[in-house]
Amino acid sequence: MDNPEQILAILFQLTQLMLVVLLAPLLTGWVNQCQAWLQNRSGAGILQPYRVLHKLFLKDAVMAYNASWLFNVTPYIVFGCMWLAAAIIPIIAVDLPFSQAADVIALVGVFALARVFIALAAMDIGTSFGTMGARREMLVSFLAEPALLMVLFTSSMISHSTQLPRIVEALAHHEFVLYPSLAFAALAFLIVLLAENARIPVDNPGTHLELTMIHEAMILEYSARHLALIEWASSLKLFAYISIGIALFFPHGIVEVGNWAGLPLAIFLLLLKLLTAGAGLAVLESLMAKMRIFRAPEFLGTAFLLAVLGLLIHFLLGA
Amino acid sequence: MPIKHPNLHLEPMNGAIPAWHGEIADSDLLPICQNVRDGGGRLVALWGSDEHAQGNGFALHVVLVNETGLVCLSMALPAEQPSHPDISQIFPAANRMQRTVYDLLGIYAHEGHDHRKWLRHAAWRSGSFPLRKDFDAAQSRSDDSDSYPFVQVEGQGVHEIPVGPVHAGVIEPGHFRFSIVGEKVLRLEQRFGYTHKGIEKRFESLSLQQGAKLAGRVSGDSSVAYAWAYAMAAESIANVTPPDRALWLRALLLERERVANHLGDLGYLGNDVALSFGFVQFGILKEQLLRNNAALFGHRYLMDRIIPGGVTADLSAEGKRVIEAELAMLEREVRLLRGIYDEHAGVQDRFIGAGRVEPKLAAQLGLCGLAGRASAQAWDTRVQFPCAPYDKLDVQMATYRNGDVAARVIVRFDELFESLRLQREILVNLVQGDGLAIPLAKLPANGLGIGMVEGWRGEVMVAIHTDARGNLTRVHPHDPSWQNWPALEHAALGNIVPDFPLINKSFNLSYSGHDL
Repeated sequence: MDNPEQILAILFQLTQLMLVVLLAPLLTGWVNQCQAWLQNRSGAGILQPYRVLHKLFLKDAVMAYNASWLFNVTPYIVFGCMWLAAAIIPIIAVDLPFSQAADVIALVGVFALARVFIALAAMDIGTSFGTMGARREMLVSFLAEPALLMVLFTSSMISHSTQLPRIVEALAHHEFVLYPSLAFAALAFLIVLLAENARIPVDNPGTHLELTMIHEAMILEYSARHLALIEWASSLKLFAYISIGIALFFPHGIVEVGNWAGLPLAIFLLLLKLLTAGAGLAVLESLMAKMRIFRAPEFLGTAFLLAVLGLLIHFLLGA
Repeated sequence: MPIKHPNLHLEPMNGAIPAWHGEIADSDLLPICQNVRDGGGRLVALWGSDEHAQGNGFALHVVLVNETGLVCLSMALPAEQPSHPDISQIFPAANRMQRTVYDLLGIYAHEGHDHRKWLRHAAWRSGSFPLRKDFDAAQSRSDDSDSYPFVQVEGQGVHEIPVGPVHAGVIEPGHFRFSIVGEKVLRLEQRFGYTHKGIEKRFESLSLQQGAKLAGRVSGDSSVAYAWAYAMAAESIANVTPPDRALWLRALLLERERVANHLGDLGYLGNDVALSFGFVQFGILKEQLLRNNAALFGHRYLMDRIIPGGVTADLSAEGKRVIEAELAMLEREVRLLRGIYDEHAGVQDRFIGAGRVEPKLAAQLGLCGLAGRASAQAWDTRVQFPCAPYDKLDVQMATYRNGDVAARVIVRFDELFESLRLQREILVNLVQGDGLAIPLAKLPANGLGIGMVEGWRGEVMVAIHTDARGNLTRVHPHDPSWQNWPALEHAALGNIVPDFPLINKSFNLSYSGHDL
């Protein structure tokens, strides 16, 4: 630990960890606020997710009688997974200590781990809605995951590495080139982002109709701090996904570890990108209706197809 | 004369709607019902009454409708073991009404095949009947568990999803039992009665004027329709006609209620396919209309504006201009929004083909009102039996054949525009009259009156019986939801579970008006 570079790296890592966990609800609030504006509503304000979290943490948790330990620990595991995922992704700087430990395949694995637990917990309490939600979640995710992997492979081909810092470096620090393969990958990634974060048109995060829910059906039985953690984890997941998108497709402006002078500009650029992405997401969601659930496979099949096209184009054109 | 039958002697009833009344014997009920059914008629309502005060046991009343008008059949029943023939084989909608008559009065449908309870949960004991005059609420408390034998569906991979009566959102309570395989609905069974408030029992202890207030609260979204139907029934017994201006104002209020509900529903249908944009825009329009209601008539939902004998609210010349401006605004905005709904591929993909009720099935089930018209059942009280002032308005009925969610949306849009047109016509024709109401203090003794009004959901009927002193002895409000809830069970078949909330919303039936 006497190596100053290592200490600096850890400081950067800690900055990112705290920044991400604190900023994630703000992004959710921003998306909701943009939607409110687009619908002629005044909206609840971008700080609303914090108020909701505060309220939930103050409440007493209600547990189903037949819930096992699995139901109890799942919110912590899901929150941990999402926080870890957000730590791996180069958000404010490349070459963070955590990102050396895991590559993009491990990242997809971390998301999958959270999903497995939340689906098991949904079935654990034995209500029909939990099982229904878990079943639908699996239908969506087993199609979304391969598409996400293909997107990540396309970027790996360009940078010859599955390490996210290498990918980001290759894309950010070389002269600006338009990669046609990445255009296809970006489109595929957008579809996966919508599906994986339970957004319209695949799921509706704002619905109260229990029969139509996917993600919400799985967490219907959660309350108070457990629900708060899951809601926070959902915000973190959205933040992580948008960050992956930024890292893969718009990494310009990111700094290296140790570059304190460049950090303010990097954070400013990051915020700008997040604001743009959040507003874009709100526009997309306001324009679309939710599709019939059996259309989701076609939708995600399109994502997979686009990702494969990206990969093929990389082979054909070498770009 | 609407029906010809050798043992049937019909007396025309007074009032705004063409109706006849006749006493029949037990054995004549089935042939007469079959006769009406064969002639394309429908069952409107079925209720019982305790006639001990008149020296009889009980009575069963059945209202049928065909193209000439309403026929109310009354059947005297003995005090011991009152029973009547089961008519649910002829009119499927009668099934739940008959079970309700048993739950509330102990009148039994003999030879019926379905004797499960319907409105009774565990609020009163099996074998005690709240609508009997000798019912003692304190003695009838029940500690029974509330069990109900749902029909079981068996087979590989079939399982049940129980939904409600407590839902994830704040909506009215009803229980839906789905038997599904994968996401496909094999059977849907409903269970209601969670909002039973004892409205019919309460009517018995109210004066005519108090009853009008209660009638306006049977189902809050149809307040005008119920209040008008109640007033019409009372006016039919008293044989009075309200002043012309009152009738025109009633029609104006009824059309405003229709527009408010159609706006709300169109918004919610957008919301159910996650198009929040539509939800919010229609919500804004509805809110503006409700605020105008509050400013012009003194109540957002127009409750207590219609009383037996007339109306309580007038419209000033200034108010007329406000409504004219509002109508122009609604016409413009709704046309714009309709264009958006029509051209939105995602919305149309969800609407088209979902929850289809074929015209043939709709006719068989006696589907009525808005949902009926979307399945080619061309019944609209304002068109077939236009009471004043509709006889001067030439209402255009909106019908469609497809019977799916999209069809019910189209009918809503068409009726909305027609309602805006009617309001404009009403404003032009709104005569300056002498007074808004003919005071109606008390009703004649031993009377029976029927009022029927085309509310936004369908035909709302209210029947009033008076006793020897002219007090209310039995009031039966009937909501079109009684006919349409069973059709929803059929509409959901073969659809996928996540489409059900959309199908349900496209019918938007009343819980409160049904559970009473």
